[in-house]
Amino acid sequence: MKPIHNLTLAGLLVLALAGCKKSDDGAPAASVIKIGEYASLTGKEATFGTSSHQGTQLAIDEINAAGGVLGKQLVLITEDTQSKPGEPATVVRKLIFRDKVVALLGEVASSRSLEAAPVCQQNKIPMISPSSTNPKVTEIGDFIFRVCFIDPFQGTVMANFTANTLNAKRVAIFTDVKSDYSKGLAKFFKERHLANGGTIVVEQDYSGGDKDFKAQLTAIKATNPEAVFVPGYYTEAGLIAQQAKQLDLKVPLLGGDGWESSKLIEIGREAMEGHYFSTHYAPEVASPLSKAFVENYKKRFKETPDALAANGYDSALLMVDAIKRANSTDGQKIRDALAATKDFEAVAGKITINAKRDADKSAVVLQVKNGQFKYLQTIAP
Amino acid sequence: MTEAIQQLVNGLSLGSIYALIALGYTMVYGVLRFINFAHGDVFMLGAFAGLFLYPLAGRQPSIGGAVLILVLAMAICAAIGILIERLAYRPLRERPRLNVLITAIGVSLLIEYGGQHQAVLGKNPRTFPDLLPSTNFSVGGAVFGSHQLIVLGLTLLLLVALRFIVLKTRIGMAMRAVSFNPQAAALMGVNINVVISFTFGLGSALAAAGGILYAMNYPSIEPLMGVMPGLKAFVAAVLGGIGSLPGAALGGLVLGLIETLIKSTRWSNYADAVAFAVLILILLFRPAGLLGKTEVEKV
Repeated sequence: MKPIHNLTLAGLLVLALAGCKKSDDGAPAASVIKIGEYASLTGKEATFGTSSHQGTQLAIDEINAAGGVLGKQLVLITEDTQSKPGEPATVVRKLIFRDKVVALLGEVASSRSLEAAPVCQQNKIPMISPSSTNPKVTEIGDFIFRVCFIDPFQGTVMANFTANTLNAKRVAIFTDVKSDYSKGLAKFFKERHLANGGTIVVEQDYSGGDKDFKAQLTAIKATNPEAVFVPGYYTEAGLIAQQAKQLDLKVPLLGGDGWESSKLIEIGREAMEGHYFSTHYAPEVASPLSKAFVENYKKRFKETPDALAANGYDSALLMVDAIKRANSTDGQKIRDALAATKDFEAVAGKITINAKRDADKSAVVLQVKNGQFKYLQTIAP
Repeated sequence: MTEAIQQLVNGLSLGSIYALIALGYTMVYGVLRFINFAHGDVFMLGAFAGLFLYPLAGRQPSIGGAVLILVLAMAICAAIGILIERLAYRPLRERPRLNVLITAIGVSLLIEYGGQHQAVLGKNPRTFPDLLPSTNFSVGGAVFGSHQLIVLGLTLLLLVALRFIVLKTRIGMAMRAVSFNPQAAALMGVNINVVISFTFGLGSALAAAGGILYAMNYPSIEPLMGVMPGLKAFVAAVLGGIGSLPGAALGGLVLGLIETLIKSTRWSNYADAVAFAVLILILLFRPAGLLGKTEVEKV
């Protein structure tokens, strides 16, 4: 008995010491609060990361100009994931262990958020993903949040839009098998579309990074669909629209928020005309807060903010608000404050964090018209 | 039926791009017995050359402008090809062939990852402009794009032109002589350096043409765009019988058709795997390739 007793004591001592050590490090000796961000600033989804980062940076700078939080200035440390698998886990470890950030913001692409989330969870660093819509992201653990809706909702929105507005029954699905986002969205769209009494005439796959889609599109065309659901990212969606036009496949293409990029129209050109996609926010539907955001964003970056920029802005706003409410930079306390978020006034609509740490928010459907994204309708959860 | 014809058109147009790149691979191999793995990267540089030359064509889709850009990009890439050979391969010419092969892989990686640096070409995909007005016309329900026909036509034209150069001109005769026996050719007064530079220049010009045609069909270009088409073209060259010009063209078309066939089914994800399985099967059962044996003439 005795040796064990001693061991227990020793263990307690170590724990106590470790506890001391931790509170020493966590002591508010630093005069700034560091927040980490990881984003795809370069590579295949570069416009996602860039928009999201610009929104985030704008929010942080505005908060700093207004005096910061808890009497301290904020510092945003941003790392580039290069749109590559493998990078997020690496850069997030660097942010946590070397830069000692108190909270993390990122990423847009679900596959990459899914890589970083376990690292944040293990180290009890609260993370908010601005725009990852795959449900699995927040299922990683109780430190992972998001400020956007999730794919079951987005898939439902597009399926209802297909049934009610387009009156299309026979729909083909064309999925990117390399992307969790695309596969998830396709699944939820299919479920709701079948429940709405529609039929899926064919399901075809491609791999992100492919350039030639004519074989699959020809197979899709042969089934005479009334619409094609393409839940992928903008680079492929642009090429797919162009090749669909070359093959004389004259039906509406439907997508999700992965389409939202100026590159979509740059690549797809006039072949993009008339196609639809769902996303988080449209500058046209304005609350006073979002009007101010659009104005400041335009002034600083000389472009109209897209949904990803709005979500980036909101993610930073919510994180800082949680730090303020927690009155601490302790991971656990920020987490509890985040989980208690209710009716938080943000640019892309009011945010209430639900039990699954997702935001309940409405979606908008946009259409490509004359090379612009035109607001069509808002669909509430 | 319509679908089958359409898939045939798709396969041929994809295959003709592979064929075009494979021609350059096979020609360099024919003369030097060496695989230039940087070929796919010169292909990428050709596409970027087209992008940067676009303002010269007045930023308007026109036939004259497209031809001008094509010719200039081919010239630029020919110069790049000659430079690569001069700097990287010539110093190793007397060394074992494996050294040159490994150097070629190094050159390829240098161009790919050097090109990704923000100050060079950058990682972000760029949009390739419309060089030519494009139209569609349909025959019996199958739709042909004018770009697809241009690719097919240009591949055939370049194949004929290459065969003419190799078989009917003085420099072509010198190329065949060097291919047959470099020492003997040198003793007969053939300037080997000139012949090899010319071969690299010609091969790189073909790669540039391939790059521009590829970018016209798939207008999103980035520094790694040459990797996959380069590997596929290599498979095509081996499939057709490496060293044989008609073999490269045939191999490219066959590979394009196989890929399209797989992609049109539910197993579309295995299209790349099948393409490389073809390489293994060919090497196992018919190492000389489809036309490798019957073709006596080596470039």
